Amino acid sequence: MILVYAESIDGNFKKSTFEAVSFAAGIAQTNGVHCVAVSIGHVEDAKLAELANYGADKVVAVNSSKLAAFNAEAYAKAFANVAAAEGATIVVVSNTYSGKAVAGRVAAKLKAGIASGVISIPNTSNGFVVRKTVFSGKAFADVNLTTAIKVLAITPNTFDTHTFGKTANLTTADGGLSDADFISNSVEISRVTGKIPLTEAELVVSAGRGMKGPEHWGIIEELAQVLGAATACSKPVSDMHWRPHSEHVGQTGITIKPNLYIAIGISGAIQHLAGVSSSKVIVAINKDPEAPFFKAADYGIVADAFDVLPKILEAAKKLKAAN
Amino acid sequence: MKILVCISNVPDTTTKVTFTDNNTKFNTAGVQFIINPYDELALTRALEITEKQGGTVTAINVGLADAEPSIRKTLAIGANDAVRINAEPQDAYFVAEQIAAYAKSEQFDLILTGRESIDYNGGLVGGLLAEMLGIPSVNVITSIEIENGVATMERDIDGGKEKVSCKLPLVASAQKELTEPRIPNMRGIMAARTKPLKVVEVTGDLKTSATVGFELPAAKGGVKLIPADQAELLIDLLHNEAKVI
Repeated sequence: MILVYAESIDGNFKKSTFEAVSFAAGIAQTNGVHCVAVSIGHVEDAKLAELANYGADKVVAVNSSKLAAFNAEAYAKAFANVAAAEGATIVVVSNTYSGKAVAGRVAAKLKAGIASGVISIPNTSNGFVVRKTVFSGKAFADVNLTTAIKVLAITPNTFDTHTFGKTANLTTADGGLSDADFISNSVEISRVTGKIPLTEAELVVSAGRGMKGPEHWGIIEELAQVLGAATACSKPVSDMHWRPHSEHVGQTGITIKPNLYIAIGISGAIQHLAGVSSSKVIVAINKDPEAPFFKAADYGIVADAFDVLPKILEAAKKLKAAN
Repeated sequence: MKILVCISNVPDTTTKVTFTDNNTKFNTAGVQFIINPYDELALTRALEITEKQGGTVTAINVGLADAEPSIRKTLAIGANDAVRINAEPQDAYFVAEQIAAYAKSEQFDLILTGRESIDYNGGLVGGLLAEMLGIPSVNVITSIEIENGVATMERDIDGGKEKVSCKLPLVASAQKELTEPRIPNMRGIMAARTKPLKVVEVTGDLKTSATVGFELPAAKGGVKLIPADQAELLIDLLHNEAKVI
């Protein structure tokens, strides 16, 4: 049986959750076993039923007032208890901050081998081998998990969602939790609203030192908004506090793999490329024709960003207006 | 306050990654190894806490003798003592198990790790370790303050921040904004030579995974250049050719 953690935020599932459910359901189908999704915290039944559409044969909802906010210890315990009750042999979570917080604890509870940053379905022709990114995207490693139970944290925006059209079988479980499982407390949550989180974005507009100063970011933000993209930046830009650290992509920042990454005024140092090289399509705009980014890009424009951005923005607006 | 900081010994970020032995081993030839940058932030924050409130900072690494320059550097930066568990760090599970075995005998108030190592990108040791020790874990923290045995932290969540409070002991993993790294001074480097670095042998032998091979990403097919005076064509190509917008 394949168990998948259906991560929710404020009662809603994200696309990465549906990707994880479809990934798990696909493996379950290949192996002729069931796929069970576990939701923790409050989610309405209609939304839980969506998990069946993406492939869950059964949905187990664990909910109580104490589970309203994320808590790694309690969530992991509840999840591992369901895994044990259902007899899970493969456990799937999304490789998100909270997904990974749960995954490690669950692996230790189940004495399960674990791989994070997984980008392939398991190859069982010789063991149980999954591919993961290493060196922040500079390479891939094939990892053979040798334990009876395996935990996989899969990279968002890597696997497609599939509609299985199954009928929802909704059940509940109490998770076997007591007060002693809630030592850490969530005090306050603040989310940037109206902006697409970088970690989930399918389109990213990113800029570097070529923008010459934080006061010139208006056009970057506007282009991102028109395209429905998130904004990102290079390390020097976040180090100089032109942009928040949360926008820094690269080896010591966030590793992302959007469908489109537009790099404006970023030379493409090896550490930066590591964090974005898995993007499906890369555009580099730089006035230096020798900038390393052009070697990693699919499309390039050798020009000063300030000269070409207005034209690109205008064309993007026209496209969006026409579609 | 007794703080344990977990240290990974990793290739410098400028490393051009290659492999040997039929793509089964990372090629260390000519590679400079450093303290994992996130672990260095964890260490620095641990020192800031003990400097203000008193206490000791122990650095721990699971690694072979070739990791000792990085471990010595933790002492030069200011750790009071260091422990090396003498084994190849096979995977996150193994590393967590080794550190848990050591930590059980020492009763640390706070254990800090980096958010992930920049080589293996696991990001799992903190959670595994906390579960093995039966204590809470908070990952990707960007701040931590300790008062009356309670840690108040901010952590990154997808699309925002969460403020979390937790009674000690706990395991927390450091994210970028936590603090700025420190460069060791000459006095620190001299002092590091005489600070204790204990070597401990491995406990247990649970094998949970093995890396069977590596591969480098395929090279890009070449860049399609768009003339600067027709930059607007980019949007058309992204829409009609690449079909990403």
